[in-house]
Amino acid sequence: MTHKTATVLIAFAGITLTTLIATASGPAQRPAAATHRTPVELGAYLVSTMGCHDCHTPWKLGPKGPEPDMSRALTGHPEDLKMPPAPALPAGPWMASFAATNTAWAGPWGVSFTANLTPDKETGLGDWTEEQFIAALRTGKHQGKGRQILPPMPWSVYGRLVDEEVKALWAYLQSLAPVKNRVPQPIDPPEGSQR
Amino acid sequence: MTRKLTRMLLTLAACAWAGAVAMRAGGATDNDVPSAPPPGRLSETGLYADRDALIIDQRNRPFTPQYPLWSDGAAKRRWVRLPDGATIDARDVNRWDFPVGTTFWKEFAFGGRKVETRMFRKVARDRWDFASYAWQDDQRDATLVPRDGLARVAEVAPGKWHNIPSHDECRACHDAGRTEVLGFSALQLSDDRDPLAPHAEPLEPGMVTLASLVAERRIAGLASRLITTPPRVAGRTPVERAVLGYLSTNCGSCHNRESSIASLGLFLKYAIASPRTCTADALATTIGHTGHWAVPDAPDGTSRVVAPGAPARSALLRRAQSRRPSSQMPPIGTVLADRDALRLVTEWIDALEGPPAAPCAVSAPATTAAARRPATSRTGR
Repeated sequence: MTHKTATVLIAFAGITLTTLIATASGPAQRPAAATHRTPVELGAYLVSTMGCHDCHTPWKLGPKGPEPDMSRALTGHPEDLKMPPAPALPAGPWMASFAATNTAWAGPWGVSFTANLTPDKETGLGDWTEEQFIAALRTGKHQGKGRQILPPMPWSVYGRLVDEEVKALWAYLQSLAPVKNRVPQPIDPPEGSQR
Repeated sequence: MTRKLTRMLLTLAACAWAGAVAMRAGGATDNDVPSAPPPGRLSETGLYADRDALIIDQRNRPFTPQYPLWSDGAAKRRWVRLPDGATIDARDVNRWDFPVGTTFWKEFAFGGRKVETRMFRKVARDRWDFASYAWQDDQRDATLVPRDGLARVAEVAPGKWHNIPSHDECRACHDAGRTEVLGFSALQLSDDRDPLAPHAEPLEPGMVTLASLVAERRIAGLASRLITTPPRVAGRTPVERAVLGYLSTNCGSCHNRESSIASLGLFLKYAIASPRTCTADALATTIGHTGHWAVPDAPDGTSRVVAPGAPARSALLRRAQSRRPSSQMPPIGTVLADRDALRLVTEWIDALEGPPAAPCAVSAPATTAAARRPATSRTGR
């Protein structure tokens, strides 16, 4: 056993202990959190990487095909886009149809419209609280207590984020400019149809 | 440097590394995990004096609330156990403070078979914990259900299943008001029972009531007027009395002034009145109000939370009728509409001619549940 070996072992023990302590304290185990200094920055990163724009930002047809219209970022289903009845699906294992904007979805649950996530008081998340937002993602219930959050929103995936990350999402969404866009309430499926 | 030191350092490093890995793998350190986990079997919770014969321990007293929660027609039995010699602090009539150690059990049965028993116990001054037990097929004992709940434990109608709720779902109701205990209050235990209350169960000998709590000195600080005159819902008609009581139990757990959704301005929890308290929040915040959800087939601008004389334009009724995920109310705990209650609410709305003559002032709550409790929390999951 040389001094050099002992030094290496001590360093290894030190590093692993540091890792243990850091792990116990939480944030350092998540690279994303470590590289974004503020909750808003982390929230922006999460929103951009977890697919929020895929449904909450209306799509438009760009030069390379459908793409989110970032001029209407996270404003949900456009208020002025009145959807006709959903088309009848052909026989076979088909379940749902969706609007060209990717903001309205029809399926066995009825028709759902993606929400306005900007902090507009009347039409967005402006009158929500952080508690309600967290509870909504944890429980799949509107404001944490209301009706079910409908497909295709993968709330159960986001509900597994740690508190720090959900709070960062909230901080980022609340930092956006409020946009008034009243999204329609969901439409029930016809009576007697499958839930 | 000796071999001994080498081994010690290697061991130290390995332990530290293993610890780090284990903590990463284990992940969850829920903020609300009870310090003493509930027993794995119902028979170990203290409910029974004889575990084999399933004879209830006499210290666990049966009770039945006068306005039961609708649970898809489940036959329910309930028991409470107060710690020996302890009393309920009832100085705040709408928020009884139970002694630490208080335990409630509620059993659900469908078609004569026990399906689920929930246990709710006060483990600290400001903390209750939940446990649900799913009954075994042989009906001899019930097993602790995971925190995420258990789906499809009993078919209550063709294709409709009773699900055992997750702890988050439990908290959605039990953490949303001034008290976590929902079915054991001055109004629910009042000896002045409402004869029109939907699905009310008869008072059996030995059941706990407000009067028995007073007589047995298990309650302290109760206003003397409630001892001489048991509380009752102040409806203007017998039907309104029953409707307001029903709404208080089935909707008011979330729709109340202390809830995290108080900003909706819909308050259906019935508060026993003091002279300065509004007795009819439910009237003041429903009748004629536009609300946040419009009845889909009502002519534009005519939908109301409660439209006097017009059940078809009343969102409250339509949502209570719905068992569609997009509109169902209440959103959890039921998969079948409550036909008896719907008839009663329809009768009430039909007979309404307008808002109450002296509507209550509606103001934002001064202190909300949100301010009293941390948000639903899950760390490292």
